Amino acid sequence: MNADNAETVDESTTAEPQARRDNPWLNRKLIAGAVVLTLLFVMPFALRLFHDRDLALVGSSPVNMVPNGFEGDPNLGFKDPSGDHPLGTDSQGRDMLAVLLVGIPATLQVGLIGAGIGMAVGILLGFTSGFFGRRLDAVITTITDATLTIPGLAVLVVVAASVDELTVTTMGLVMALFAWPIPTRLIRSQVLSMRQSGYVPLARMSGVTPFGIMFKEILPNLLPYLAGGFTFTIAGVILAATGVETLGLGPQRLPTLGTTVNAALENSALFRGMWWWWSPPIIVLVVIFLGFYLLNMGLDEVSNPRLRRIK
Amino acid sequence: MIAGHPRYVTKRLMQGYIGRRFVRMLFTIWLGASAIFFIPRFGGNDPADAVLGGLLAAGGTTEGADELITAYSERFGFDDPLLVQYGKYLKNIVLFDNGLSISAFPASVDEQIGRALPWTIGLMSVAILLSFLIGNLIGALLGWPATKPLTRAILSMPLFITAIPAFMVGLILLWLFSFRLQWLPFSGAYDPDVAPGWNLSFIGSVVKHGFLPAVSVILVRLGGFALGMRGMMITTAGQDYMLLAEAKGLSKRRKFFRYGVRNTLAPQLTELGVAIGSIAGGFVIVERVFNYPGLGSLLFRAILTDDFPLIQGVVVYLIIGVTAMAFLLDIAYPLIDPRISYSKDRS
Repeated sequence: MNADNAETVDESTTAEPQARRDNPWLNRKLIAGAVVLTLLFVMPFALRLFHDRDLALVGSSPVNMVPNGFEGDPNLGFKDPSGDHPLGTDSQGRDMLAVLLVGIPATLQVGLIGAGIGMAVGILLGFTSGFFGRRLDAVITTITDATLTIPGLAVLVVVAASVDELTVTTMGLVMALFAWPIPTRLIRSQVLSMRQSGYVPLARMSGVTPFGIMFKEILPNLLPYLAGGFTFTIAGVILAATGVETLGLGPQRLPTLGTTVNAALENSALFRGMWWWWSPPIIVLVVIFLGFYLLNMGLDEVSNPRLRRIK
Repeated sequence: MIAGHPRYVTKRLMQGYIGRRFVRMLFTIWLGASAIFFIPRFGGNDPADAVLGGLLAAGGTTEGADELITAYSERFGFDDPLLVQYGKYLKNIVLFDNGLSISAFPASVDEQIGRALPWTIGLMSVAILLSFLIGNLIGALLGWPATKPLTRAILSMPLFITAIPAFMVGLILLWLFSFRLQWLPFSGAYDPDVAPGWNLSFIGSVVKHGFLPAVSVILVRLGGFALGMRGMMITTAGQDYMLLAEAKGLSKRRKFFRYGVRNTLAPQLTELGVAIGSIAGGFVIVERVFNYPGLGSLLFRAILTDDFPLIQGVVVYLIIGVTAMAFLLDIAYPLIDPRISYSKDRS
């Protein structure tokens, strides 16, 4: 351990000027993805100071108001903007900006809870399976593969349909049920190849316990890889959650992006020309997915040097 | 390793392989079915109560609700211990008997699923087939060294849509083509004015209604296949037999399809097998967006009306369908790539 530390210290002092230019963490995709997602995380909290979130409740605002800068159409029952509702209001009296301010953090939270649990289970099972091997590996692999084949969304619908009261937290917990197989498989294959690396037998011969090898030796080497898997899993959980919500099963009290899409569909916003109702959640979701996609590709470049461009 | 005549060995291994895959399929179905039986019950909310509650609520409006309640109590054995209920549940799945629907009494769950199933199977198989073909073609061309830079740039454009879920692409297409341009219909599977049957106007109507839902699934799915194919095509293009084909002076087309694509197709099928579950899941929501009368819309209606037996029935069918498809793809493997031989060890 001491030798290890000495080496890293040495490296960071001598290689600093070089490292700054070649730092794989500073690739364009990673930065772009991180900036987009940070904005999405921070913006709703910043905008809260200027806009009342209670306007996201049904009946809190006048109905069918078009966004600022557009003209209402009395024939269709659309009201002119009053200035208080910059993104307009829906047919149930919700202010669309407030809906986004509540919905974006709620959706991201579902993703974080679901993917956090999924990754934790994935790390545990993936390491156990890849490291200890044999019969335990066979059992875990069989169950993981079978779970991967099952259409997760369908099962999630049954579970969500039988939960008494869906909240953001329970939604995240339900989503975690199918968030673990892909991380498990990814981590298992990485651990299998890591186990062949020279430092593992060395650590074993030095008397490091299996858990020590797993979590002190192998895990740190997998960090960029795990981060990539995490972004991938969050995107998957958000996709599944929005899907289940679009089918009408979502947190009932507060709007999420998916329940907003569902409300717009149920009230045929599309046919009635109320584009300001269905498009904001869709646009935000597209930005979220592209953000995670970029972040994932950027992290891929960190963990897989072959993907880096030659400068 | 088994000793004996080579042909005999292959045959035995194949049988063993198919048998193993079949057992794995049954295991997967059992796992999924058990998940939807146990998780809701351990989640503190007993579906039995939900069914009874739904029935009692419908009691005022539905005729024969009493009859339903007795029928259900008997079928599910609400008073029995959990394991007995579980046994009855598994037995009903094996018998393809999902009981009576609450919202559409006296129709049975299986009757309703039977009506919705052809639409889902038809549209989904077209969408899967086309996305697989187009995606692989794009990927193969992207990985092929002789492809021109301009073609490459154009072909890689649809890959960006991959990050967006199918139903969102569907919504945007619906807005553009049905609302703004009014070229295509909003919902349904065919024009109600056209009499169903094997005539041109009906088939035309079905194609017109299925076009947008299919395209939204295809657009989203082809990227995954294209990326996988591109990677493998790059490897394949560097193989020695490509050099041989070059030396033989074979036509470009023959080199591309017979030497390139053919050799990369089999692993892509595995990818298809893995993707089918999530394609089916995405398809359920696409159907709901387009109000397409398949399993997805049925599931949506069941959720709206709190029809738990119908929800469970649709999901059981989805699990069985997807697992069976994955199984069929698995055993079709040696037919497509004769190089693959199956050995006893798991891989």
